[in-house]
Amino acid sequence: MRSSAATAAPTEKKRVNPFVELWRNKFLYLLAVPAIVYTFIFSYLTLPYIAIAFEKYNFRTGLFSPFSGLANFRYFFASSWAWTVTRNTLVINVLFLIAGTICSVLLAIILNEVKAKKFLKVSQSMMLFPYFISWVIVSYMLQGILGTETGLINNMLGMRINFYSTPSYWYPILLILNIWKNTGYNTIVYLAAITGIDEGLYEAAYIDGASRFKRIIHITLPLLMPTICIMTLMSVGRIFYGDFGMLYAIIRDNGTLMPIAEVIDTYVFRTFKNTGDPSLSMAIGLYQSVVGFILVFTANWIVRRNFPEGALF
Amino acid sequence: MSDTAMSVKSPTAQNKIKHSVGENIGTFFIYLVVFLFALICVLPFVLVIIVSFSTERSITLNGYSFFPQEWSLGAYKMLFMQNSSVPRAYYVTGLSTVVGTVIASMITFGAGYTLASRSCRYRNGLSLYFYITMVFSTGLVPWYMVCKVLGCYDNIWALIVPSLMFSPFNMFLVRNFVRGIPAELNESAKIDGAGEMTIAFRIYFPLCTPVLATIALFYAIGYWNNYFNAVMLIDDQEYYTLQMLLFKIQSEITSLSRLAAGAQHTSSPPNESFKMATSVVTMGPIIILYPFLQKYFVKGMVVGAVKG
Repeated sequence: MRSSAATAAPTEKKRVNPFVELWRNKFLYLLAVPAIVYTFIFSYLTLPYIAIAFEKYNFRTGLFSPFSGLANFRYFFASSWAWTVTRNTLVINVLFLIAGTICSVLLAIILNEVKAKKFLKVSQSMMLFPYFISWVIVSYMLQGILGTETGLINNMLGMRINFYSTPSYWYPILLILNIWKNTGYNTIVYLAAITGIDEGLYEAAYIDGASRFKRIIHITLPLLMPTICIMTLMSVGRIFYGDFGMLYAIIRDNGTLMPIAEVIDTYVFRTFKNTGDPSLSMAIGLYQSVVGFILVFTANWIVRRNFPEGALF
Repeated sequence: MSDTAMSVKSPTAQNKIKHSVGENIGTFFIYLVVFLFALICVLPFVLVIIVSFSTERSITLNGYSFFPQEWSLGAYKMLFMQNSSVPRAYYVTGLSTVVGTVIASMITFGAGYTLASRSCRYRNGLSLYFYITMVFSTGLVPWYMVCKVLGCYDNIWALIVPSLMFSPFNMFLVRNFVRGIPAELNESAKIDGAGEMTIAFRIYFPLCTPVLATIALFYAIGYWNNYFNAVMLIDDQEYYTLQMLLFKIQSEITSLSRLAAGAQHTSSPPNESFKMATSVVTMGPIIILYPFLQKYFVKGMVVGAVKG
């Protein structure tokens, strides 16, 4: 929006009749109609259903069920799950964010030092591969590696560690999985930013006798900082949304791991599926939406204010 | 992939200046780290493939291993037996992926093109209209109810339409890409008498190949790997996708083995190699198309997202 506003010619500023505008560019708007309609149905039409959170839902009366005030919210926040799922969501996301950023930046810097084109290409496509594989398959793979009876690790160590019933192993496991699956993808952006750095800076530093390490510390990292900040802020904005696709595929209905791995998204899903009470589920979902919205909006606002060249929108 | 051989001729820009021993050792370690990480990224898949080709007996005896004692095609034969649900799931997944990706890419291209056009006065308002949906979503329950109202339940449309058919993120990728194309092209085409549709589809569409390939890939992967729609909206086994099938097999085996925990383990199907074979078949198209996909993917991501 920003750059298009900047390029708008002053003659475009004067008001026009909306109907004239729509008619003159009818084919242009026609191209956007499917997307507009789709977004309207799946985003804007869902808004009235928020009311369910304040009702005692009944499948016969639907949207116009009896009003129950804040009862659903009170029920949720009185349960111990409210704190557990909020904490898990934040802890898991913060872990992913910190470790993920460090690994992606490190890998980008290292990849930038690789000068053999063929080697770089092959290894980069190998690193990108896990990104394209579904979490369901990853969960199969993980069972093959961690399984108690037949797992690869237990075989190699000659032990019978029961990973799936020991919660304390799981933050490291989830963290490794996340890094393994997403680092190759996240690195693309950082590597592109490093490639954009003026080659002359490196040559000058080289002539002045700066070692490779010094060049990375004094040239690459400072110039990469804006990109790191933007990417981090964007992730901070999403911190209230758990990775449903990952956690539900991997943890499933494992009750032993739930106290540490149940996030808001999976909890909303479970509440809806198991109790069949849309009202309670909607109330929890609304709590997530509202807090999540504030975070995303703030993060985007900060990005737009401080890094106008970096914002996608 | 011998890394030491590569590192000797590594410097390109600075090959006139001699390297210190320390730098050369550093280069060696850099190649080593890259090589190892790349290896770790694909090894688990190699394991899955190997296990899918080993006999059930060698799995129960030695567990998962890169070097099974006996090899067999039994699991794959089981996959395509008469009463197997895999072929049907393959068809359902393939159909929804192809149809969904084509429709989604067209919708996204149209919207992205309109938002990038200078003659569209309401483009900022429209951008905001789409942007809002990216920062605020009402969540699971309203989504489910809207899907039910639309009739996207227990049919092929439930796998195609909800959530997956349009993503504002991809639309902004297209918009940014189209903006990078000189506007003179549009103007000269207009002077030559081309209509808006002709300009969009005959001139801009071919020029957008890199970004279209990227978003098509995003959509296709999204469809192929999606299990959420099936979990939420499909009860009828006829419409199980491959991912959903894998998901179900997994939970059924877990509950079966829990039930049979007291009894002695027998090598009764469905078993480990069968699970792995199903995974391999599910990954198949991605593995086959991968060299082609990733080439476009990196290019399109960099052009669309970074140069914004």
